[in-house]
Amino acid sequence: MKNSLTTQRLVALFFCAWLLLNFPLLGLWDIEATVLGVPLLPAALLALWLLLIVALAWLMERHTTLDKDD
Amino acid sequence: MLSPALVIGASFVYLLLLFAVASFGDWRAAQGRSIIANPWTYALSLAVYCTAWTYFGSVGRAASGGIWFLPIYLGPTLAMVMGWLVVRKMIRIAKTYRITSIADFIGSRYGKSPLLAGLVTLIAVVGIVPYIALQLKAVSAGYGLLTASSLTELPAQAHWTQDSTFYMALALAGFTMVFGARHLDSAERHEGMVAAIAFESVVKLIAFLAVGLFVVYGMFNGLTDLFSRAQAVPELAKLLRLEQGRSFAWTQWFAMTLLSMLSVVFLPRQFQVMVVENVRESHLRRAVWVFPLYLLAINLFVLPIALGGLLYFDGAKLNADNFVLSLPLAAGQPALALFAFIGGLSAATGMVIVETIAVSTMVCNELVMPLLLRTAHFRSASGQDLTRVLLNIRRAAILVVLVLGYVYFHLAGEAYALVSIGLISFAAVAQFAPAVLGGLYWKGATRLGALVGLLAGFVMWGYTLMLPSLAKSGWLSDVFLTQGLGGIAWLRPEHLFGLQGLDNLTHSLFWSLLANIGAYVGLSLWRSPSGQEASQALLFVDVFERTTTARPVFWRGRATVPDLLRLCGRYLGVERARQLFEGYARRVGANGMTAIAPDAGLVHFVETQLAGAVGSASARVLVASSVEEETLTPDDVLRILDETSQLRAHSQELEEKSASLERATAELRAANEQLKSLDRLKDDFMSSVTHELRTPLTSIRALAELMRDDQQMELAQRQQFTEIIVSETERLSRLVNQVLDMAKIESGHAEWHTEEVDLCALVQQAMATTAEMFKERQTQVTQSLPEQPLVLLADPDRLMQVMLNLLSNAAKFVPVPGGRVGVSLGGDDAGVTVRVTDNGPGVSAEQQALIFEKFRQGGDATNRPQGTGLGLPISRQIVEHFGGRLWLESSPGQGAAFCFYLPNKK
Repeated sequence: MKNSLTTQRLVALFFCAWLLLNFPLLGLWDIEATVLGVPLLPAALLALWLLLIVALAWLMERHTTLDKDD
Repeated sequence: MLSPALVIGASFVYLLLLFAVASFGDWRAAQGRSIIANPWTYALSLAVYCTAWTYFGSVGRAASGGIWFLPIYLGPTLAMVMGWLVVRKMIRIAKTYRITSIADFIGSRYGKSPLLAGLVTLIAVVGIVPYIALQLKAVSAGYGLLTASSLTELPAQAHWTQDSTFYMALALAGFTMVFGARHLDSAERHEGMVAAIAFESVVKLIAFLAVGLFVVYGMFNGLTDLFSRAQAVPELAKLLRLEQGRSFAWTQWFAMTLLSMLSVVFLPRQFQVMVVENVRESHLRRAVWVFPLYLLAINLFVLPIALGGLLYFDGAKLNADNFVLSLPLAAGQPALALFAFIGGLSAATGMVIVETIAVSTMVCNELVMPLLLRTAHFRSASGQDLTRVLLNIRRAAILVVLVLGYVYFHLAGEAYALVSIGLISFAAVAQFAPAVLGGLYWKGATRLGALVGLLAGFVMWGYTLMLPSLAKSGWLSDVFLTQGLGGIAWLRPEHLFGLQGLDNLTHSLFWSLLANIGAYVGLSLWRSPSGQEASQALLFVDVFERTTTARPVFWRGRATVPDLLRLCGRYLGVERARQLFEGYARRVGANGMTAIAPDAGLVHFVETQLAGAVGSASARVLVASSVEEETLTPDDVLRILDETSQLRAHSQELEEKSASLERATAELRAANEQLKSLDRLKDDFMSSVTHELRTPLTSIRALAELMRDDQQMELAQRQQFTEIIVSETERLSRLVNQVLDMAKIESGHAEWHTEEVDLCALVQQAMATTAEMFKERQTQVTQSLPEQPLVLLADPDRLMQVMLNLLSNAAKFVPVPGGRVGVSLGGDDAGVTVRVTDNGPGVSAEQQALIFEKFRQGGDATNRPQGTGLGLPISRQIVEHFGGRLWLESSPGQGAAFCFYLPNKK
């Protein structure tokens, strides 16, 4: 399969995201602190989420021209 | 407060706008300029995931549980990471086999089972109708809040004839009928509807962001102010932490993420927009990240609005679900509140429309059609056009689903069964996951496994989640909740078998998925799949391998074209059927409809087309009833598969062979050309040789005859004739020698006596030999030879032959008198070059290529000098034998220089 590298990366990204957004790594952010006035936990959750989306966008859009015809 | 007329008027205008957008979408689609055929619209249409439950409910959830509203959106993001792998496969399958709903998908995968598809439909209806009710309730509650005199006093529920929600449900049913069941499409796609949904997604996002920005920057001084004030209140500060003072329910977090991850793919409306309405697979590439980005955007202000509401209405008993409306109202911004209401309305209507289309398609195709097909009237291929009947069934299903939703809403009201239905619905559709995901990747899964698995999961879900929710609403006695069914403690629905430590959602999800997967896997392993199941499994699991190349058609039997055409005509319309058949004829290269071979390919084509209209299970029944077919055993499936792959291998082999044949043909043709030209050369050679032989022979014969006939010939005369005869004979033997020589050299049989040769001496010897000849022709010969001897390995006799040939050539062409011939010799360790120049007429460019050919001589036909025409070809062969080359430098009028170069191979 020509996309096998992308496939593997997507699977890896999935497990990374699952780990980051679940027990116990999520607990790391549960401390009294603020970032630019926003409490750390919600800020970190949103930032992780955004990071995940950016990584996914990067993976997906990089080869857009390559397999237009599939 | 706002006047009811204003709110109803605004809602009505909004619905009209929706109609306009959908009509525009349909109009553009009819013109072939689709407005939804781009990844952005596709991604926006996926946002139908965000219902009124998101729009209002997220804030409510955040107000009581802090970040607990998030897993519902993190799950879809995770699902989208795998979307390119899993969803793309589902899209490919759905497009290839005209799958039109999730029930169709599951039914089709497990041997086109009507029973399985029906069960899936049933689960979907039971799970989804309350969810539709929830949307109606959200709109109704929003309307009540906007028109109420105070924020804390909500009006009692009106009688249904005076309830605006009822009329809204009817309006939505009308919209859905118009844009969801206008014509029977064999692909079941609704461009106008998708355009409207994408539009609604934009509206709800903007409305929610507008409220969020207003709360954060209009009612508070930005995020810092809001959060610092919230953290000053201990109750609110807890919301910003995971634990909230208790130990964090990681299992529930995990379960909700998993649940929403599955729902975003398996909810009927999600399947509809994501798989069925997908225009091009490549759109998914962008949608998988734009859709999560949308979810992120719409969740940005959930926590701020929740905290803002709690701070603002400090202590007041207000429903946090309505903060999106009550905050702008309380702050004296009725216009913003109305806009927020429209946003909520768009979230609700979007969900209701798509869900209703999806569910009504399933009800029509998987519940009603199989029942109708039990009657001979519907099963037979002849008879009236049924497209209208089908459409009406679908419209009726739309109406029934929406009215059911309204009835549920009306009955349930504020009950727990309605408020908590979002996650309960999710848990119901999560039951589809094992059958679908397993079906995508596991060929061994069987119909029985999927059927019992789904049933077991559904029963578990009903017992552990749905029934308790009904009991909590007061519709059932809750004795079985606390005491267990029949007083048996280990049958308590929320602590089944005494399981402790899980919240009721996680508990239910665990047991239902355990039962589901257990039965699915266990029963699938019990028996191997039947022929029909095995064939469908192959078609689904290997869809990427089989879409582009030859796809096996698992069918055996006898069919006729008119029967199939009539069948198609009944369910797709006569005109449409004719177009389809003509298109098929063109594709298979048949000359018109009548020339189509009624083979397995055609049957498969018809069945696929019908599947788009009535579902694959019903299409199977219809086709089976109008053709004679044999039942396939698993062995047949394997054999057909084998045949197909053999066919594919054969065709590849054939292609390779034909390519190599073509190559061989080209080579042969080139060889043939070469042979022909060689043959021509040989003919030329023969005629030249015979011509050259005849000339001396003729004169010899003439002279000999003269001497024979004239006995009185004088001695002197006789002597002269005899000399001529001798010289002609010498010429003949020279010619014959040269021809033999040439033949020997060319065939490689010549004898070569290689020894050390001093080229200077050799050239001098050659010049001495020819000195007499030049003297006769009054030609001046100059030489330029080095003083050192130039020694190399060669055959001296042959080289002498070359030298003599070049010199005599020069002698032939120089003008008489005044001819000048120059011989030069130069060289180094690498090799030696000999040049013989003359001041003759020179050789024109076109002649230069020819003079090295046999029997070609320089000069024109009239003043062609004597010679055999073999001298130069032989000389060239000799030089080339020693690894050198012989060439000519000349231009007309400038004389000629014949040169040869010999490498020193010592």
